[in-house]
Amino acid sequence: MSLKQDFPIFDEHPNLTYLDSGATTHKPRVVINEVTQFLSKSYATVHRGIYDLSVTSTNLYDSARKKVQTFINARSEKNIIFTKGTTASINLAAFGYVKQHIKEGDEILITEIEHHANFVPWQVIAKEKKAKLIYAPIEDSGELDINKFKSLINKNTKFIAITHVSNVLGTILPIESIITTAKEKDIPILIDGAQAIAHIPINLTTLDPDFYCFSGHKMYGPTGIGVCYVSDRILPKLTPISFGGDMIESVKKEGSTYADAPLKFESGTPPITEAIGLKKAIEYIESIGIEALKKKDQELTNLTLDEFKAHDWIQVIGHAKKRSSAISFTLKNIHPHDIGSMLDNEDIAIRVGHHCAQPTMIRFNVSSTARVSFGAYNDENDINNLMQGLRNTKEILG
Amino acid sequence: MKKNMKRLYQQVIMDHNKKPRNFNNIENTTHFAQGINPLCGDEYQLFLEIKNNIIENIGFTGTGCAISKSVASMMTEEVKGKTIEHALKMKDKFIELLTENISADEAKHLLGHLTLFESVKEFPIRVKCATLIWRALEAAITKNNDKVTTE
Repeated sequence: MSLKQDFPIFDEHPNLTYLDSGATTHKPRVVINEVTQFLSKSYATVHRGIYDLSVTSTNLYDSARKKVQTFINARSEKNIIFTKGTTASINLAAFGYVKQHIKEGDEILITEIEHHANFVPWQVIAKEKKAKLIYAPIEDSGELDINKFKSLINKNTKFIAITHVSNVLGTILPIESIITTAKEKDIPILIDGAQAIAHIPINLTTLDPDFYCFSGHKMYGPTGIGVCYVSDRILPKLTPISFGGDMIESVKKEGSTYADAPLKFESGTPPITEAIGLKKAIEYIESIGIEALKKKDQELTNLTLDEFKAHDWIQVIGHAKKRSSAISFTLKNIHPHDIGSMLDNEDIAIRVGHHCAQPTMIRFNVSSTARVSFGAYNDENDINNLMQGLRNTKEILG
Repeated sequence: MKKNMKRLYQQVIMDHNKKPRNFNNIENTTHFAQGINPLCGDEYQLFLEIKNNIIENIGFTGTGCAISKSVASMMTEEVKGKTIEHALKMKDKFIELLTENISADEAKHLLGHLTLFESVKEFPIRVKCATLIWRALEAAITKNNDKVTTE
């Protein structure tokens, strides 16, 4: 099934082979139309206007939260906090919760393949609080050895933050087992779902982490909207990190009181249009089926890996058995930037560089890689184009 | 192909990429700078021995793409033996060639073989790669700082 006709970008660029959905996905027509319709017909501020338009706008905005709640099967809408994106969500967890509860000598456990968004906030807090940031090792295959991971948990471990899917290696981490362990030991745990949300069905009532963070723009929605799911256990202990309008209950010169979750964490006029676009993006995913999207991602990933394996001048980095479509590779003696330029010239868009995951690059002893990742619109033909592009690259640069 | 990739990656450039000249640390380094492109992780170290205003010796180490490495290789060949004023003029002319509307012929008297990189102009995203080592050269000579980044 090719869904290219659902995405207007391919009308404008009919020869585009887009293989960078791990960075951001293109937007289906239904999302673009929804945003246009909303801005044209129903737009007004939310939560304050007494007039009819504002009531409509507020209802639509609230329905977006409800849609997210059902999509990830959260217990209540209260658990869904809208943010700017994954990075902002992780920062809310880091500075609104972890920083308030961590002390000198405590440990935060992450892995050595986190991208910068799930790395730098913990580094900053660890330094400020004189806590320790512990990195769980990753095997050469790109997999996490669950026993080694568990052996790093001790009485000082106060927080665990781990990615669901590696944005460089594609590895799907065994988060079920990690969450179970964390809960047994009563350690709050955050899952960075940025690379998982568009490819893997998520059920947060079953998984039950304390935080689950993702972005709208990597799941066919607009930029500037993301989600920080927070468990009932943590919600009462989470403090706002941004203050102002919309998050208050009452404001007096003597002091202010805050609204209840989730509004308490959403200061200022929220990204109304973006939330409504995200709701439509989820409806789009549901119209195809997240299982069908997962299957497609798996098939294209396997096909690409088979092609890559058939060429000894292509080195794949990361060989996890359970994986998604972020496929990193290098070509013998050709720098990834040069690969990127060569492919771009044939309208093939891939990501090259360190993928905002420099510690991962160091772990696998490369300065940068080329990466392909898939979205709903990709098909076999895109992989054929990629392989032809890589053969041309080798011919000219190899 | 839309653009002329064979011109961007022409034989001479690829030769310098595969066998970079002066690709080593040097003895008696008097001036040093690092050139970093934080977006792609390219990183070079540039070593100079400057005596009586003349670049007596120059070498570089590090990793990066074919464009950044071949420019660095050719640059070290072209600036060796030149005064620092002359080298800085070459730097300005090189950047001008890649970003302004001047022809290779107009730059030839200063840049020599380096005018081969005129084709980078067609690939604006790669201009940073081509100018990285020149900015490191400027930093090393002027000693304003010993680390330059493209961002």
